[in-house]
Amino acid sequence: MALLQTTNVVKRFGGLVAVNKITFSVDEGRIVSIIGPNGAGKTTFFNSLTGIYRPEEGEILFKGNSLIGLRPDQVSARGMSRTFQNIRLFGSMTVIENILVGMHNQLHQSAIDTLFRSKKFHEEEKEAEAKARALMEYVGLKNVGNELARNLPYGGQRRIEIARALAANPTLLLLDEPTAGMNPNETADAIKLFRRIRDEKGVTILLIEHDMRVVMGISEHISVMDYGEKIAEGSPAEIRKNQRVIEAYLGREAASAKD
Amino acid sequence: MKTFFTELFKKANTGFWPIVIVLGILIVGSIGVYQSPRSLSAFLTLMLCPMMLYFLKINMKVKIFIGLLLIIVILPVLGIRNIFYLEVIFQMAVFAALALGLNIVIGMAGLLDLGYVAFYAVGAYAWAIFGSKQLSLLNSVPGAAPAGAEFSLAPTYFWLFLFLGVGLAAITGILLGLPVLRLRGDYLAIVTLGFGEVIRVLALNLDKPINLTNGPQGITPIQRPPLPPEFIMGPIRNLLTPIVGHVPTEAEFYNVFFYFLALIIIMIAILVATRLEDSRIGRAWTAIREDETAAIAMGIPLVKMKLAAFAAGASFAGGMGVLYAANRTFVSPETFSFLQSIGVLTMVILGGLGSIPGVIFGASAVVILNIQVLQNFSLYLSALRQSDAVIPIINFEWKNLSNQLDPAKYQKLVFGIILVVMMIFRPSGLIPAERRKRELVEDKE
Repeated sequence: MALLQTTNVVKRFGGLVAVNKITFSVDEGRIVSIIGPNGAGKTTFFNSLTGIYRPEEGEILFKGNSLIGLRPDQVSARGMSRTFQNIRLFGSMTVIENILVGMHNQLHQSAIDTLFRSKKFHEEEKEAEAKARALMEYVGLKNVGNELARNLPYGGQRRIEIARALAANPTLLLLDEPTAGMNPNETADAIKLFRRIRDEKGVTILLIEHDMRVVMGISEHISVMDYGEKIAEGSPAEIRKNQRVIEAYLGREAASAKD
Repeated sequence: MKTFFTELFKKANTGFWPIVIVLGILIVGSIGVYQSPRSLSAFLTLMLCPMMLYFLKINMKVKIFIGLLLIIVILPVLGIRNIFYLEVIFQMAVFAALALGLNIVIGMAGLLDLGYVAFYAVGAYAWAIFGSKQLSLLNSVPGAAPAGAEFSLAPTYFWLFLFLGVGLAAITGILLGLPVLRLRGDYLAIVTLGFGEVIRVLALNLDKPINLTNGPQGITPIQRPPLPPEFIMGPIRNLLTPIVGHVPTEAEFYNVFFYFLALIIIMIAILVATRLEDSRIGRAWTAIREDETAAIAMGIPLVKMKLAAFAAGASFAGGMGVLYAANRTFVSPETFSFLQSIGVLTMVILGGLGSIPGVIFGASAVVILNIQVLQNFSLYLSALRQSDAVIPIINFEWKNLSNQLDPAKYQKLVFGIILVVMMIFRPSGLIPAERRKRELVEDKE
């Protein structure tokens, strides 16, 4: 059974149908992408999955349980973790603290433990800090643990966001345009990192991406959205040849001129 | 100029200099206050001592020793010579606790609360109603108290109410938090402002149908907790008499008593605030302040955490409210005006939003400014008014100066100026918040 299965998900804003009857599935252990032109509804779809928006119609099943009506923190606790298109770090917290926030649901210290600094508290904090540091190095950052997140360069901030998302121990990692604004070298590194996350940590990855090179290079399965609808689905090779996809990306005339 | 001072500070912060500076200030300040108990400059010098103690690099044990010496021995002794100083420090401690509580709500969790003083009122009225004769006056008209009314509880219940006040304020915090959870920024500020006023107006008007708060006249007398028994007080009195120069009275002992009580509570408040800050809860609050959407997506339960912030912040004020009611033996709605909330906010902003040492410093500075500096300035002006002095050049005679110009009445103006100036020149406060630096394991390898 698919790890994530959505059926006819609809999200409207007033008269605008941002996500129109999307049926879509992600199998465990794969790297899957959603692509589409600007305003196609990709991020809205992401937000509907993670509980930030509540879809008007349809069903979202994650590990066989419905996610409809759950709050984002509950969705996160069930093992779905995400990054944001425009980086949303906690700027005035340190890098380590950002990652520790991601572990919120992994930590079980109570208010009593906190106030009395119990043995449990110290042990848990120490363990969490070690884990956070390991994650920081895993995504390729060194010796920046005490830096404020906002002082890091762009590429570094992207990496922290991924580390923070991984800190929640997700089974499914949602990446919203993770390579936007990166140069080709950084993009290549990022692709390597995503592969490693899947291969080494066994985390299934669903990404939204604009950059065709990234999508074609990494995805095992691609869905294409346009005007809120899913217009195509298949392997990278199939998508590359798909007439409707080319139209959506280049416009109808350009597509026919090319023929 | 700025580099000159930083260089100077660096130089003063090496070798044996720090200890020399601290001890120097301590001795000069103590002697100064002892010799002339009314001098403001002597008191300010003495107050410089704990600040220097905090900033300069000194062995931790030595720091604690000097700090305890100052708090336990020097200040009470000096305070009995001039009771006013104990009052100043008591107020500093009360407002520092309020500022620490408000700092949790505004500084850490980023929820702008303009009605914070309401929680202080809840604590104060809790002990005021149960610790006075009010319960036997429920059916009488305010001001027309029948003779023979009795205190409803023994004064020792004060200790219980210290905890009840904390709990009651926390519950009130949650009750306020529930309806405003969805609001942010300005909207939240307006609702909390209204809430603060509601509590004050309730206190003002709950003298009918049953006389719960005694209306605008306030409740008095409120009982104080009993002093320690004679076998403890006796030796202390004998010890203090020669140093102070007279036999300390019970009123003076009560001042010392409340001074210590306030210090103990503020110590607990500091401990609670620092421990909360550096934990899963504190990180969650900061994350909410930085970016609510990202925080909730990272698994932080927004509702629970915001309510926790309101409750924790309110509880500080509740505890101090109980203490305040017992100290003054009188509460009235006037004490809990909107201006008080703004006053506490000023302290938090002056010191540094989210910075624990900052808000304590801010509270101390504003209290000293309010009840000492402005007061002294007023006295100075009125002295000038009565003299024949003339301002040279413009030939203005001081005695023609309007009586309306009384700096002690310009509290609001001072709050306003502090807020505006801080926002323009130093938005992060005088002692900005710093994130805890963790040991860099990777550097050691």
